[in-house]
Amino acid sequence: MRTLRFLLQKEFRQIFRNKALLPIIFFAPIIQLLVLPLAADYEIKNINITVVDNDHSGFSQKLISKIAASGYFKLADYAGSFNAGFHQMENDKSDLILEIPQGFERNLVRENEQNLFIAINAINGVKANLGGAYLNQIIADYNADIRLKWMPASKFNPMPAIEVTTSNWFNPSMNYRYYMVPGILVILVTMIASYLCALNIVKEKEAGTIEQINVTPIRKYQFILGKLIPFWVIGMFIFSVGLFGVGWLVYGIVPVGNLVLLYGYLSVYLIALLGLGLLISTYSETQQQAMSVAFFFMMVFILMSGLFTPIESMPRWAYAITQCSPVTYFVEVVRMIVLKGSSFENIRYHFLIMTGFAVLLNSWAILNYRKTS
Amino acid sequence: MKQFITFVKKEFLHVFRDRKTLLILFGLPIVQIVLFGFALTNEIKHSRIVVCDYARDNASQQIINKLEAGTQFVIEQSLLSHDQIESAFKSGKIKLVVVFPAHFYSDLQHFNKAQLQLITDASDPNTANTLSSYASRIVMDYQNELAGQHTIPYRINTVIRMIYNPELKAAVNFIPGVMSLILLLVCVLMTSVSIVKEKENGTMEVLLVSPFNPILVIISKTIPYLVLSLVNLSVILLLSVFVLGMPVNGSITLLYLVSTLFIITALSLGLLISNSTASQQSAMLISLMGMLIPSILFTGFMFPLENMPYALQLISNIVPAKWYYIIVKSIMIKGLGFSAIWKETLILSGMTVILLFVNIRKFKIRLA
Repeated sequence: MRTLRFLLQKEFRQIFRNKALLPIIFFAPIIQLLVLPLAADYEIKNINITVVDNDHSGFSQKLISKIAASGYFKLADYAGSFNAGFHQMENDKSDLILEIPQGFERNLVRENEQNLFIAINAINGVKANLGGAYLNQIIADYNADIRLKWMPASKFNPMPAIEVTTSNWFNPSMNYRYYMVPGILVILVTMIASYLCALNIVKEKEAGTIEQINVTPIRKYQFILGKLIPFWVIGMFIFSVGLFGVGWLVYGIVPVGNLVLLYGYLSVYLIALLGLGLLISTYSETQQQAMSVAFFFMMVFILMSGLFTPIESMPRWAYAITQCSPVTYFVEVVRMIVLKGSSFENIRYHFLIMTGFAVLLNSWAILNYRKTS
Repeated sequence: MKQFITFVKKEFLHVFRDRKTLLILFGLPIVQIVLFGFALTNEIKHSRIVVCDYARDNASQQIINKLEAGTQFVIEQSLLSHDQIESAFKSGKIKLVVVFPAHFYSDLQHFNKAQLQLITDASDPNTANTLSSYASRIVMDYQNELAGQHTIPYRINTVIRMIYNPELKAAVNFIPGVMSLILLLVCVLMTSVSIVKEKENGTMEVLLVSPFNPILVIISKTIPYLVLSLVNLSVILLLSVFVLGMPVNGSITLLYLVSTLFIITALSLGLLISNSTASQQSAMLISLMGMLIPSILFTGFMFPLENMPYALQLISNIVPAKWYYIIVKSIMIKGLGFSAIWKETLILSGMTVILLFVNIRKFKIRLA
């Protein structure tokens, strides 16, 4: 026990002595948590639309002002021709082109039917789909207005109408930041804990100081605990600052769930992650290798954790991969507890899996760790 | 010149001697481009929903059938009580509940008007929004079918054409983004360590006392990484085209030229980090902690840049990957020529010049 205490003292001192490292460990995550949620907003708005109005009628004017007033679209420009509009799309100045054909008003009145042409930049398929749907909706509303105006109300046989009301639970203001802040916090804590842990041990390997420790009567488990505990503490600390200092004070996110439950999960999660860092370090000879491997895992973890993109939509094999990453579970759990107040019952399965990760990764790392090389 | 070549050779040997690192450097981009190319999508499919059908009539059944027919929804079960809805949301198993009130069909028949409620788990507002708009659209379709029996006067139809990506494949958007991300991060990561490592090992001193121009020292250090990155780029491109089915509609020569420029930008950035840090650990932490998430967000392939607050849009301008992403899209997908990307190319060139200049300045200061 005494040995462990001295080891811990040494580790903490080494961390706090490194003046170059401290700001990266403590400030980088906090600053990123302050700024990045503002950037991670997928709500589709401000779609740039170019209108090619070949009709120049009262009808087309009214349609255009209805589109501009909808709040979804920003009139990028009026183009003289479709080709001019297309040129703007090539230059990313416009996402959508609406072409109103010549004689739109006249034909609509005379022939009872008229087409509008829409071209959409579909490189981002979801944006394209939604943009098209919004525009269609506006045109349908506009169409209904015209019908009302041109047809005497008495003769009008009302169409069947299904009124759809939507009620949004847990986040009625639909604030995307509530969703992003806890998720990004998880990633930042994950990166700090796993990188630091992996690098720290490999650094001792590279510098040769690990040999010195190995010849002392320090036990394997003491050495490993001495390495893990400081980063576990740092992880807990950063998470708390992020959750209360940034999430609560800055973004006004009050965790609705049980904090004991959240911290309980966090503890197990950090143990699992540190196990991963430890495992990486046992396989690497240089810091560069450790870093590259950690980087690989981190990128896969981040992009496939459901943090930014939905994971249920992935192909089955890819979904299976997401289920092999501890980050996926914690991103889900933190959002569940903080935003929805989920109980232990709801996350029992997640707890079980995370405990499994912790046991598996750590035992693997310890077995692979050789005191004598 | 001869000295320089010897030097470059030495650096190459350095890089190639470390087989493990080399394997990682080549393996990672391959795995990642395939993984992300196939897996990443912003589409929301197979969302589990619950239907509370208090009506159990013709109309509700027809709408339920329609909901089930597409790929968006998987109907999980029929719940009846409100408490059960809340606990289902809390367990995270479902995202949307569709509630049909009693007498749904008879309301529709007798009053030509019926109500339907959607309850979403808005802790994820994006999914909630998308799912409720999918569901509303399906209900609209059903309504139009009902109305379809009458001929409606003054009808405006829309003809929609999806340009550049008619099949709406997610890969078309994500591949150029992932390409920019991988090239940037791998380059920065590799070079950020290079000088700092020599500093840590003390071998830098040896270099500095040699009668060798410090600028050439820097250049010779980056050349192997430049070559490696070009090989990486080729592998990524081959995979994108032959495995993921991405088009290269524009000039491949132009793509290579601009990519080389981008790689040099990234390498200079890595060098700057290397020049300004004292240990490998800080160099790597800066390049990863400081760059990984910001690059993902500010490249613009994940979240549209034009939605961000103005200050963040300004910040995004200093992320080289943003400009490269625009260039790759323009050349590969839109098939445009240099005239369309000269601005982005100029910006990347400017960044490179500035970074190199700062590097040389910093390096000289250390010499003195």
